[in-house]
Amino acid sequence: MDFRLTPEQESFRNEVRAWVKQNLPKEWTSRVISGPDVPRVEAYKFLREWQKRLFDAGFIGLTWPKEYGGRGLTFMEEFILHEEMALAKAPPVLNILGIAMAGPTIIAYGTEEQKKRYLAKILSCEEIWCQGYSEPNAGSDLASLQTRAVRDRDHFVVNGQKVWTSIAQAADWMMLLARTDPDVSKHKGITYFLLDMHSPGVSVRPLRQITGDAEFNEVFFENVRVPAENVLGGVNNGWQVGITTLMYERLALGFGLQVRLRIALDALVGLAQRTKTNGDVASKDPLVRQKLAQLWIDTEAFKYTGARAITKLLKGELPGAEASTGKIWWCETHQRLQDIAMEVQGPYHQLMAGTEWAVDQGLWQYTFLRSRANSVEGGTTEIQKNIIGERVLGLPKG
Amino acid sequence: MDFGFNQEQEMLRATARKFFENECPSTFVRKMMDEPAGVTPDFWQKLAEQGWLGLIYPEAFGGVGLGFVDLTVLMEEMGRAVMPGPYFSTVLLGGLAIQEAGSESQKKEWLTKISGGSAKATLAWTEPGARWDAAGVTLQAREARGGFTLSGTKLFVHDAHTADALVVVARTANGASPEDGVSLFLLPRDAKGMEVKLLPTMDQTRKLCEVTLKDVSVGADALVGEKGKGWRPLARVVDRATVALCAEMCGGAQKILDMTTEYAKIRVAFGKPIGSYQGVKHRAADMLVDVENAKSITYYAAWAVDEQVAEAPLAASMAKAYVSDAYRKVAAAGIQLHGGIGFTWEHDLHLYFKRAKGSEFTFGDATYHRERVAQLINL
Ligand SMILES: Cc1cc2nc3c(=O)[nH]c(=O)nc-3n(C[C@H](O)[C@H](O)[C@H](O)COP(=O)(O)OP(=O)(O)OC[C@H]3O[C@@H](n4cnc5c(N)ncnc54)[C@H](O)[C@@H]3O)c2cc1C
Ligand SMILES: Cc1cc2nc3c(=O)[nH]c(=O)nc-3n(C[C@H](O)[C@H](O)[C@H](O)COP(=O)(O)OP(=O)(O)OC[C@H]3O[C@@H](n4cnc5c(N)ncnc54)[C@H](O)[C@@H]3O)c2cc1C
Repeated sequence: MDFRLTPEQESFRNEVRAWVKQNLPKEWTSRVISGPDVPRVEAYKFLREWQKRLFDAGFIGLTWPKEYGGRGLTFMEEFILHEEMALAKAPPVLNILGIAMAGPTIIAYGTEEQKKRYLAKILSCEEIWCQGYSEPNAGSDLASLQTRAVRDRDHFVVNGQKVWTSIAQAADWMMLLARTDPDVSKHKGITYFLLDMHSPGVSVRPLRQITGDAEFNEVFFENVRVPAENVLGGVNNGWQVGITTLMYERLALGFGLQVRLRIALDALVGLAQRTKTNGDVASKDPLVRQKLAQLWIDTEAFKYTGARAITKLLKGELPGAEASTGKIWWCETHQRLQDIAMEVQGPYHQLMAGTEWAVDQGLWQYTFLRSRANSVEGGTTEIQKNIIGERVLGLPKG
Repeated sequence: MDFGFNQEQEMLRATARKFFENECPSTFVRKMMDEPAGVTPDFWQKLAEQGWLGLIYPEAFGGVGLGFVDLTVLMEEMGRAVMPGPYFSTVLLGGLAIQEAGSESQKKEWLTKISGGSAKATLAWTEPGARWDAAGVTLQAREARGGFTLSGTKLFVHDAHTADALVVVARTANGASPEDGVSLFLLPRDAKGMEVKLLPTMDQTRKLCEVTLKDVSVGADALVGEKGKGWRPLARVVDRATVALCAEMCGGAQKILDMTTEYAKIRVAFGKPIGSYQGVKHRAADMLVDVENAKSITYYAAWAVDEQVAEAPLAASMAKAYVSDAYRKVAAAGIQLHGGIGFTWEHDLHLYFKRAKGSEFTFGDATYHRERVAQLINL
């Protein structure tokens, strides 16, 4: 056990640190992407450029093979990179669904042509990806999905609807799960498609969220023709492929989650140190101190649990029980953090962006509301607990 | 960076697991609960033969010279077996204090004896005031005739009734800050004027004592470390002992989770194993989250105290705060998910439940350590 970095890792850290210092966009504050008053289009443009810059500098797709635009490095460098981004409070990476989910799944299941066609453009943010899994009648019970894809010679014709599709309004491609065989058991007749969002018959309708802005969408398919070569991992093998995506999601998003938690925590500590309650700053209140210290501890625990999982990966082992607990823990901690941020603000927490009385220009109000989705998106907490109970602890299915 | 155990450490774990399964089953633990000594000479000698009494002491003093990460593995296994007896007080309190602050000759004498199993030790630190800070040290040591005279009461002292040597924390001066003027003394248990009383405890696997000193005279050579400068080494000992305690707690929590999931697979209610019901399954998942986080943060703290990195005190407090809550919650869930049987004396769960409770408050509970974290992160 050793937490020190090797000289190579240390120099990688320095490389990242120096680059971020030079290149962090001056105009950047987290408000650029969050807050209903900022038009999404503008935010997406800004974030596209940021990712492109990261890519050009070699900081996107660290673990991907070199021949597809990656750097062939390990999860350790990925871990270091994310830590540095957190320290610098850098903007998030826009094409995260492409990088964390579509890309690794294509690397795992794609043909050589598919890898050549899609991977590099994911990293450079030339093509943004969205995830078309959930439907009105298939959320937690994903395998019940009903969107149909019917073979028509060298094409499939897709009809149906997806919902809660994040970033679909900006996406060029979709990871689409559709039913190709309705006559077999529900897990068996599903196929994974790479769907061009600019195809005729695709329409996207943004859905307004409790934050007031529209990040997710409904997506409708009306006789959308998808070339057969856009099947990933074989016809009727979509469940297997789709689950792989979710596994990568939990792994790779884990790094990003840690960054977000750390940035939010540092911001909250700053807030508590300058916000007066009952005459003194909140950070001197014994109860607030208890809560902030607990958040600090829980954030560190999340990091070290992640580090244990990475260590196993680096040794070529599959992560054990520790890897499965991350998502639940993160949601719990982040939602509690946002609650405490409201508490620290007292009556000011009621004010949204648009008045100079609003704390931090109303940013916390946005993140507080947004955090409610954490325990739903990417598999609800209840579903995660079922998975832990059954797959990790070996308890019988209900 | 490598956040895993190496092969030797995994081997130590396997050896220890087997050893405790054979030598320390719950029948043995229960016998020792009724036994004032809390241990048999035979068992103690076996620990010595394994090299575990001197695991963390230098080879020059009969030890094995391993570190706190290695010790973590062993402590987890001891916690898994709710091992009774004065291991903790001897190796991690009395012995560690001597290693940290003692003179060469004190170390040679006592660490060698401890490693070989021929002496036990403890630390007499806390008092009826029940404080973990330096201001809590009020037992007086007055300078007299080239030596010192000690008077006062120590409470919650682990295994003082079986210890051959007690490291007594005393006040030799009232300095500008409470940390100034704290001194450590090494007393043999038969020191004249010292009286040790064994107290009835909720966790019978851990023996606690009251130690009363009435004008106990010692020579200047009884000082462990420098006069008046005992707080710093003591704080280092306590941080490290705290981390070892956390490891022990993690082992106990893991064992409860194992017992509970096994039971949930076989206990049938309403025609199905109770583990198939989400009320049970989800609570078991919560237990796993607590256990895994507890381990992660403890392993980091073990590394931090081993390497004496600047963050070590913070790491120790983060671990103790987290693990104190986690072990209590996991132990409570264990009893709950066992239903009526979990509430019986016969079932082993209460041994862990009580150990969790006792450990929770040893060296400060979660509330105490969260405040310490707050201070250390400059909140
Ligand atoms: C902000 C946001 C972004 C999203 N982005 C995407 C996206 O980009 N792509 C995409 O495909 N999806 C996306 N989703 C959808 C998300 O994956 C689903 O909302 C989620 O899987 C839950 O499905 P559902 O909404 O249909 O709820 P349901 O499955 O109907 O669940 C309702 C409630 O019942 C509980 N429940 C259901 N089954 C069980 C069970 N077996 N045991 C115990 N409890 C159960 C759930 O935990 C939940 O509390 C997003 C969601 C949100 C909120
Ligand atoms: C101090 C004490 C006094 C008692 N006094 C009496 C008395 O005077 N008379 C008497 O008849 N009994 C008495 N009982 C027994 C008591 O009623 C039972 O212990 C209780 O009903 C639970 O049953 P069980 O012990 O068989 O546990 P189980 O039924 O085996 O339950 C084990 C665990 O599984 C959970 N579980 C079981 N089924 C489900 C489900 N469908 N969904 C979710 N979770 C489930 C339970 O909540 C529990 O956590 C007493 C118990 C105690 C502890």
